Amino acid sequence: MKRIFLGASVLALTASMAMAQSTHINIGDQLEPPHLDPTAGAAGAIDNVVYANIYEGLTRFSADGDVIAGLAESWDISEDGLTYTFNLRSGVKYHDGSDMTASDVVYSLNRARAEDSTNAQKGLFAGIADVTAADDTTVVVTLTSENGGFLFNMAWGDAIILNEGDDVEALKSQPNGTGAFTFTNWVQGDSINLARNENYWGTPAILETVTIKYISDPTAAFAAMMAGDIDAFPTFPAPENLPQFDADPRFTVIIGSTEGETILATNNKMPPFDNPLVRKALSHAIDRSAIIDGAMFGYGTPIGSHFAPHNPAYIDLTGESNYDPELARALLAEAGYPDGFTTTLKLPPPTYARRGGEIIAAQLRAVGIETEVTNLEWGSWLEEVFRGYDFGLTIVSHTEPMDFGVYADPEYYFQYDSAEYQALMEELTAETDPDRRIALMQDAQRMMAADDVNVYLFQLAKTGVANKNIVGLWENSPTQATDLTAVYWSE
Amino acid sequence: MIKAAFKMPGFTIGFILAMTFVLAALVSFFWTPFPTDIVDVPNKFQLPNRVNWLGTDHLGRDIFSMLMVGARTSIAVAVVAVGIGMGLGVPLGLAAAARKGSLLDEVIMRGNDLVFAFPALLIAILITAVFGPSAVNAIIAIGIFNIPVFARLSRGAALSLWTRDFVLSARVAGKGAVRISAEHILPNILNLLIVQGTIQFSLGILAEAALSYIGLGAQPPIPSWGRMLADSQTMASFAPHLALFPGAAIVLTVLGLNLMGDALRDLFDPKIRRGRE
Repeated sequence: MKRIFLGASVLALTASMAMAQSTHINIGDQLEPPHLDPTAGAAGAIDNVVYANIYEGLTRFSADGDVIAGLAESWDISEDGLTYTFNLRSGVKYHDGSDMTASDVVYSLNRARAEDSTNAQKGLFAGIADVTAADDTTVVVTLTSENGGFLFNMAWGDAIILNEGDDVEALKSQPNGTGAFTFTNWVQGDSINLARNENYWGTPAILETVTIKYISDPTAAFAAMMAGDIDAFPTFPAPENLPQFDADPRFTVIIGSTEGETILATNNKMPPFDNPLVRKALSHAIDRSAIIDGAMFGYGTPIGSHFAPHNPAYIDLTGESNYDPELARALLAEAGYPDGFTTTLKLPPPTYARRGGEIIAAQLRAVGIETEVTNLEWGSWLEEVFRGYDFGLTIVSHTEPMDFGVYADPEYYFQYDSAEYQALMEELTAETDPDRRIALMQDAQRMMAADDVNVYLFQLAKTGVANKNIVGLWENSPTQATDLTAVYWSE
Repeated sequence: MIKAAFKMPGFTIGFILAMTFVLAALVSFFWTPFPTDIVDVPNKFQLPNRVNWLGTDHLGRDIFSMLMVGARTSIAVAVVAVGIGMGLGVPLGLAAAARKGSLLDEVIMRGNDLVFAFPALLIAILITAVFGPSAVNAIIAIGIFNIPVFARLSRGAALSLWTRDFVLSARVAGKGAVRISAEHILPNILNLLIVQGTIQFSLGILAEAALSYIGLGAQPPIPSWGRMLADSQTMASFAPHLALFPGAAIVLTVLGLNLMGDALRDLFDPKIRRGRE
């Protein structure tokens, strides 16, 4: 399966060879974005179109999740770790022809961290004290305290650099970035078209045109792949169809990792889940392997805390919450619920939630916990569960990279309020020594598992399908993105 | 009458088909081969065999048991929905007929037109979208759609009866509109109502399956034929039995009820009956 990413030099070489071959690709995706401004929305579908293709930030994620140089060619960090001096690439132009300069960076970062900012990940910019432009290609960012994750933060899709002076409302339908692809048009409800940026500052894209088609129905997605209407589906919605693609010589199945920790989230403030014994009982009542097999057809890795297994700091804590219905019943009795209780299970649309929900409801029933299952659309889920705290249990995949920091926010929807954990996160943010950081992240994992904040189910797998002649798609998904800059047809 | 009905092959076949599912639904209250609320993932996608007569689904549940309990859902929704339609529609239609041309008649019939103007499924989607998806809301939605069907039918049939001599003599005898409707009109349109009821019943089962298919009917873990179909859609290419059996259940039930309805209509219609004799 390991065939993807190639170095830029190889690409430059093959670029000339690819001349005679197809230069168009049809990409399939399930969810259409609400708009195309990643600095004003949380929807992953936005980043799936614009990240790396249209917009770029100071730094960026590579295919294997490393933080590499983006619009900033290099950077210097002061002794005390508080001052970052970014040296921007020169000659970078926006798609509308204007130059990308230091003032655009100052504008973008200040806009994102402003009081009235609508940025979905404002926390990324929280530690910035000041942003100034030393000259046209040098930006100095001063932090309030040391932040070992600052360059990582700047690689997010929410931290891309916009052109100062652009009408931000207009950008939602007509993005203007610096990336290797320019935006052509958007046929609402159907597709988005991109074209190669001929004035790109870096290695130009090999594909000339790209169409991203939106197919929400998994059956239709299957048919479209089979008929060849779609050349690649980076995240295919129905895992049950993957063996068929695998058996078909026309296709390659690309299984990789994502940053999606899939959890059975519990409302930590709502009785009876405010009782740690009840939460511990929940975690022992769930059989992860049945959920991975039944809902995801085997694609997924069990997790024991809110942390991705492919991260070097990962420790396997699944043993802390092994499947043991007897123990779960005993814990429930100890907590004062010998006959169990009834609660709500609210499920958003993805397959892992709907199908996983049926399995979890059955497993909980086996230890005496009855669930009222409600299927919700994303809009109602955000309103009722995420913002309204009106739920007992819910299943959702947290796809942001390294997002265990949200557990320090007692207002976050599952409302975990632990002073110890909050102190630990503060310590981690201030720590810059890599070894110490790893140790602290492992402490965080142990704390999340020991407190049974949520039931940690599995790490979502990236289940992609592509025509076998397509090279250069990301195998893993270190962030929400469909990076097409290095994609080409091998024949 | 019953004997005459069973002489018609259509009725007999329809009756057997429909009764099979009614019986399955009744038996499911006491017994199913396997519990339907327990998932057994390692046992998924079994083909029909001696243990699981119709195989198992993607979560390892026994399809035969799911169909039995699903029949209960379908039939319960359809029965109550037809009940609502008859219970409200027939009195409304009779009242409109008794006061033909009055304001009451106009209000009832124009109200009916209003409900009738919306396609049945659209009403159902509207109701379940506002009040949330559940079996109860599906029943209400399908029931509301049934009201104008019965109201129109009973008004039309009653109007022709109101001009008949026996109604006139009842009026001369001093009976009021309510008593005439109940004692003379209703018994005479009962045939029509039974035929229409059978057909609405089959439409109700289809509507319940359609609503469940789009996720607006009975919610999991209650099994439902429509949702079984929806769940098995992406697996149809490698596990067709998951879709085949609930699909067949819907087809056979609806076919049975329609055959019965057709046969009854022939039986009750004097013109056809005379032609046959």
